[in-house]
Amino acid sequence: MSDQLMPLFEVFVRSRRGLDHKHVGSLHAENHEQALEYARDTYTRRSEGVSLWVVKSSDIVSSQEEDSASFYDPMDDKPYRHATHYELPAEVNNM
Amino acid sequence: MSDTLIGNEHVQARFQERIDAEQRIEPKDWMPEAYRRNLIRQISQHAHSEVIGMQPEGNWLTRAPTLRRKAVLLAKVQDEGGHGLYLYSAAETLGITREELVEALHGGRAKYASIFNYPSLTWADIGAIGWLVDGAAIVNQISLQRTSYGPYSRAMIRICKEESFHQRQGYEIILTLAKGSDEQKQMAQDALNRWWWPSLMMFGPHDAESAHSAQSMKWKIKRQSNDDLRQKFVDQTVPQAEFAGLRIPDADLRWNEERGHYDFGEIDWDEFQRVIAGNGICNRERLAHHKKAHDEGEWVREAMRAHEAKKRARKARDAA
Amino acid sequence: MTDDLKEYVIGLADDALTLGHRLSEWSSNAPFLEEDLALSNVALDFIGRARMFYQLAAELADDGSTEDDYAFLRDCREYRNLLIYELPRGDFAMTCARQFLIDQFNVLFLERLCESAEARLAAIAAKSLKESRYHLRRSREWMLRLGDGTDESHARLQQSLEQIWGYTPEMFAMGALEQRLLQAGVAVDRAALRAPWSSAVESVLSEATLSVPACDWEVSGGREGLHTEHLGFMLAEMQFLQRAYPGQQW
Repeated sequence: MSDQLMPLFEVFVRSRRGLDHKHVGSLHAENHEQALEYARDTYTRRSEGVSLWVVKSSDIVSSQEEDSASFYDPMDDKPYRHATHYELPAEVNNM
Repeated sequence: MSDTLIGNEHVQARFQERIDAEQRIEPKDWMPEAYRRNLIRQISQHAHSEVIGMQPEGNWLTRAPTLRRKAVLLAKVQDEGGHGLYLYSAAETLGITREELVEALHGGRAKYASIFNYPSLTWADIGAIGWLVDGAAIVNQISLQRTSYGPYSRAMIRICKEESFHQRQGYEIILTLAKGSDEQKQMAQDALNRWWWPSLMMFGPHDAESAHSAQSMKWKIKRQSNDDLRQKFVDQTVPQAEFAGLRIPDADLRWNEERGHYDFGEIDWDEFQRVIAGNGICNRERLAHHKKAHDEGEWVREAMRAHEAKKRARKARDAA
Repeated sequence: MTDDLKEYVIGLADDALTLGHRLSEWSSNAPFLEEDLALSNVALDFIGRARMFYQLAAELADDGSTEDDYAFLRDCREYRNLLIYELPRGDFAMTCARQFLIDQFNVLFLERLCESAEARLAAIAAKSLKESRYHLRRSREWMLRLGDGTDESHARLQQSLEQIWGYTPEMFAMGALEQRLLQAGVAVDRAALRAPWSSAVESVLSEATLSVPACDWEVSGGREGLHTEHLGFMLAEMQFLQRAYPGQQW
């Protein structure tokens, strides 16, 4: 008899002083509500977070490494998007 | 992805380049099958160790001698479970399920740290386990924070943050006993006598004799040698024992001014092998306990699944 | 009044400690790892609650006694917890049944205790209420999952309810001491909680497809130190070190 385990959920936590939700790990639960509760019990015992997200792992779509050549490389040769590309006189160099 | 020999060599070389450049390997990245298998073995055994490790300490939860110790021990054991969870999470990114990992443990195909095959006989053991076993684990885990596989590395960073409380609470227990009555002091010394050598064994065999060591080091799964880590542990622990007024059970232990490290005696590798082979006092109990909890939980997990299915069916009906 | 208050607080402390102890027994024994961690959190909440109550009792006693003196150096006959708290954890269904019935009570009780004329009690209540609301959320969900899960989970949970039901009336009993404290605006009127508790519990049982036990028996005695035989064994284990090595620091 196969004992199928509950679906896997990925957990993201945003801390009090943080701007973004960071991925902290995963856990198994039957549904989102239960996943949220277990996330609270597993990942916020040291008051690490003010906001929790749980997402079913199967709902996450990610880019593949073999795509990175067309996905990301074209971004590398446009340095004018970075602030450091621009040299300013010292007097106004606080931008 | 090309299947030709040339294509494969290229991809292997590129992988090793990334490793050598201290880049992290992430779940969707290409990796050699042997790297994946090595990681699954190491991460899952680490996870199993955390979970099995809940037992020798959990053994004293109902007998903790003060309310504060009771709460602290419960939080600590809970942390160990949590560490198991973080590590199972990391392992599951490698294309294996929790269920398969648990089956491997129950079937004897996956191992857990042999240190947990020893019994926790007195309250002082709880102190010794925190001080020595967690102390040794910390030395190993700090090193693993720089392991090449991303999810494993991040799990280790999280674990390290939580682990120092574990060692401190253990040492605090030992100090309190060592400064207590004669009976308590004896209890602490006795625990040290029984847990010292097994803690040294936690770092594994001498590297020359370890099958997995060389490849693990090449792939930066493992960052420092067994012997280096073991030396680090001895060097940091001897002064702690001295401060507590306890004697480490090693007649060959002495400071070596030239090396700048402690010399220590040879480990009884026969005992190490004996316990790994199943002749430790608790080998059978540890696995049986884990299996029992799992088997007794079967009806609960089934109920959860059934309930969820009923909810989905009702929702579908209501929507129709 | 201080004596009354101290006795009252000790009773609440004993309730919390015995239940916290029973919950801690699930560590490494839970049906799966996530639930193991969750149960430990609930256990820690109750142990923490017990400590706050014992510390208040020690303050009131003002005789140098500590939280540990109360927990580890009193025998059965001095323990004041209600019987439902000391019962063995049983299987997961029994634990869930007991937990739900208590959590539903605790939320109602603590909401009122927040208004106690005794400020220190009200403060403990406010903190505990936050915890109990979370406990109730969890235990209510377990009633639904197990009651409306499989035939086996339903049967186990129904049976657990039948075995435990007669211990619930004790939660609503008001002894003379509590009556006095109620007059003083310090204690909560337990009897008044019976109706809302029954209503809330029956609603959940119904949703979980469970039946309210047709109960014709009732057990009590906890506040007088008349306990079940389970408490003795629990204390023997819990107090062993303090009794075997008296007067030591740990």
